[in-house]
Amino acid sequence: MSEGIANITTTDRGYLTEKGFWSWAYTLDHKRIGVMYLCTTLLFFLVGGVLGLLIRLKLMYPGEQLLSNHAYNVIFTLHGAMMIFLFIIPGIPAGLGNFFIPLLIGARDVAFPRLNILSYWIFVGGILVVLGTLVSPMDTGWTFYTPYSAKTGAAVTALSLGLFLIGMASILTGLNFIVTIHKLRAPGMSWNRLPLFIWGMYATSIINVLATPVIGITFLLLAAERLFGVAFFDPAKGGDPLLFQHFFWFYSHPVVYVMILPAMGIISEIIPVFSRKPIFGYWAIAYSSLAIAFIGFLVWGHHMFVSGMSTVAGVIFSFLTFFVAIPTGVKVFNWIATMYRGSISLDSPMLYALTFIFLFIIGGLTGPFLGALATDVRLHDTYFLVAHFHYTMMGGTVMGLFAGLHYWFPKMTGKMLSEKLAKIAWAFIFIGFNVTFFTMFILGMKGMPRRWAEYPPQLQSLHIVSTVGSWILAAGVAIMFINFIRALRVGEPAPANPWRALTLEWQIPSPPHTENFEEIPVINDWPYSYGKKTGAKDA
Amino acid sequence: MPDEHLQHGESPETVFAAAKLGLWTFLATEILLFGGLFTAYIVFRLRYPDLFHAQYQNLNRTLGLVNTLILITSSLTMALGIAAIRRGRQWMSRVCITLTILFALGFLGVKYVEWTEDFSRGLFPGTNMFFSLYFMMTGLHGLHVFAGISVLIVILVMSCQGRFSEQYATPVEITGLYWHFVDLVWIYLFPLLYLVG
Repeated sequence: MSEGIANITTTDRGYLTEKGFWSWAYTLDHKRIGVMYLCTTLLFFLVGGVLGLLIRLKLMYPGEQLLSNHAYNVIFTLHGAMMIFLFIIPGIPAGLGNFFIPLLIGARDVAFPRLNILSYWIFVGGILVVLGTLVSPMDTGWTFYTPYSAKTGAAVTALSLGLFLIGMASILTGLNFIVTIHKLRAPGMSWNRLPLFIWGMYATSIINVLATPVIGITFLLLAAERLFGVAFFDPAKGGDPLLFQHFFWFYSHPVVYVMILPAMGIISEIIPVFSRKPIFGYWAIAYSSLAIAFIGFLVWGHHMFVSGMSTVAGVIFSFLTFFVAIPTGVKVFNWIATMYRGSISLDSPMLYALTFIFLFIIGGLTGPFLGALATDVRLHDTYFLVAHFHYTMMGGTVMGLFAGLHYWFPKMTGKMLSEKLAKIAWAFIFIGFNVTFFTMFILGMKGMPRRWAEYPPQLQSLHIVSTVGSWILAAGVAIMFINFIRALRVGEPAPANPWRALTLEWQIPSPPHTENFEEIPVINDWPYSYGKKTGAKDA
Repeated sequence: MPDEHLQHGESPETVFAAAKLGLWTFLATEILLFGGLFTAYIVFRLRYPDLFHAQYQNLNRTLGLVNTLILITSSLTMALGIAAIRRGRQWMSRVCITLTILFALGFLGVKYVEWTEDFSRGLFPGTNMFFSLYFMMTGLHGLHVFAGISVLIVILVMSCQGRFSEQYATPVEITGLYWHFVDLVWIYLFPLLYLVG
């Protein structure tokens, strides 16, 4: 334990020792719950990915080829809804967050372990209801705009209730994390020694707790409109469809920061470890997470520039939107400054972390094109938006998740991944991703509207390029999952600290024991003293 | 959110502080849940002032006032119940919790009479914007009262099993917090719906 920030010993047995379905279903162990969340969300990542491939396949040809228009509407709706609600939103927070928040702050578990398992089963219940709606599948797009969603024959009511349950699970998890971070930090783990992943998760949890109830009530109102004919969104009764959009984006804009902030937290952990340098600008990164969470609540109207909202509101929202770029830029500059003159090793977690920065810069810089009122009128609802969104969400969040998975896989499973396979997978993913989605920027500039099955023949060549890219991307993801499965079966045993990292989770065995720490550690340093004698620097 | 479980050896103070912070956070989410409806109320009240003025007269103000008094009294009995268990007076606490449950049931009973009256006069959630708001707001609030009754019954059973004492009454205290919140929502709903004229 020469390199750690605290001396830790433990004699307990590994958390994976106990076997059998019930030992998982009833578990109160945050690590097991995290693993269950991770497996569930990754499953829907694969399902949503296959749906995405189908969308791309269909778009190789304009019009009703391969799929009927209705089937196409259903598939892009399911792709969006599954990826957003069943994968990206819960993926990092409930999966990696559950597993690592207590470990990183030196706690034995989250504050409310029973609430934690309850929220997992509420999540599963919500998923079952959502899957039940497949008997009459959704064709509204994942945004469920009224008045169409109030009138379509698809199972919107059931879907609303399913998503309400999933939202409830998000709220309970967020609440659990907030209390855990406030109340269960190990002695000496002051706020200025808190790992940056925790700061990211803290900001995320605040958004989850404050924004999710609003989408909850929105779904309830939508269901009530269909069941009882309440008037909120129905213009014939004096209601206002724009109110639905305001409610929807009041949640759904902040929630993109629920998706990205945990990923940024992961990157903030990985960059210093693989650069062997202390993190640059600790407070700037920590506070920028809170700033993003705060500003994120004030910009929802930029989704509605062409909705018929007043121009004054549009100008104000456009103005406010640019403020989000500031804390985001602060983070990127600090990561780069951390790497400057560092001793960088390109292991797979770092490779994905760098990919995150590269792709997220592209995704981030195309944001102002859409946030600026004037250009958005031209680009709104085109493939430019689809490309921007996928660069931030897949290039950002999903790459952050992949970075985190490669970084923490040895800790979670006690097995090492094959670096060679990981790098091959990375190459496919990097090339495939850019071919698929950069093409969409061009398609969008040429005026290709989002969600259309039909397009003029001169756009076909670009669509074909994008589709071929999606196959390369899929091959990369397949190799990555093969690597995971291979490592679980025949991977080499992982040492406690393969990356020579300083945060607490690496000071205990891989995989961790059920109680995490034999004795709660006493923290005497921040976790970023790389390249220096330990204890030399405090925040 | 009661979680008295001490398997990880946290001190009772930490457990209590965690439970309390958890419940306050939960109440923040509740405020935002109702916040959607209050926002809709503001939007449509400003848009259709005449409709609101004409429609609120259809509500039974006497029953609304009775229900307000019932809920305020139930908050009092709840607070007395907490004060009692803090002094270790088990029976007093149980009586107060039982009274709270009875008041809550009374509230829902009056609400049932009101809604039946509305339905018989052809006033439904889809009738107009005012009644959409009225039924959704009082309906969601009613669900919270119902949830409160369920939790209070559990608390009563736990109390009868002697699970609480001067040293440990966390579940009673945070249930009390929740119950005051439910009361407070009604304190806003009553004037907004029954006294807008």
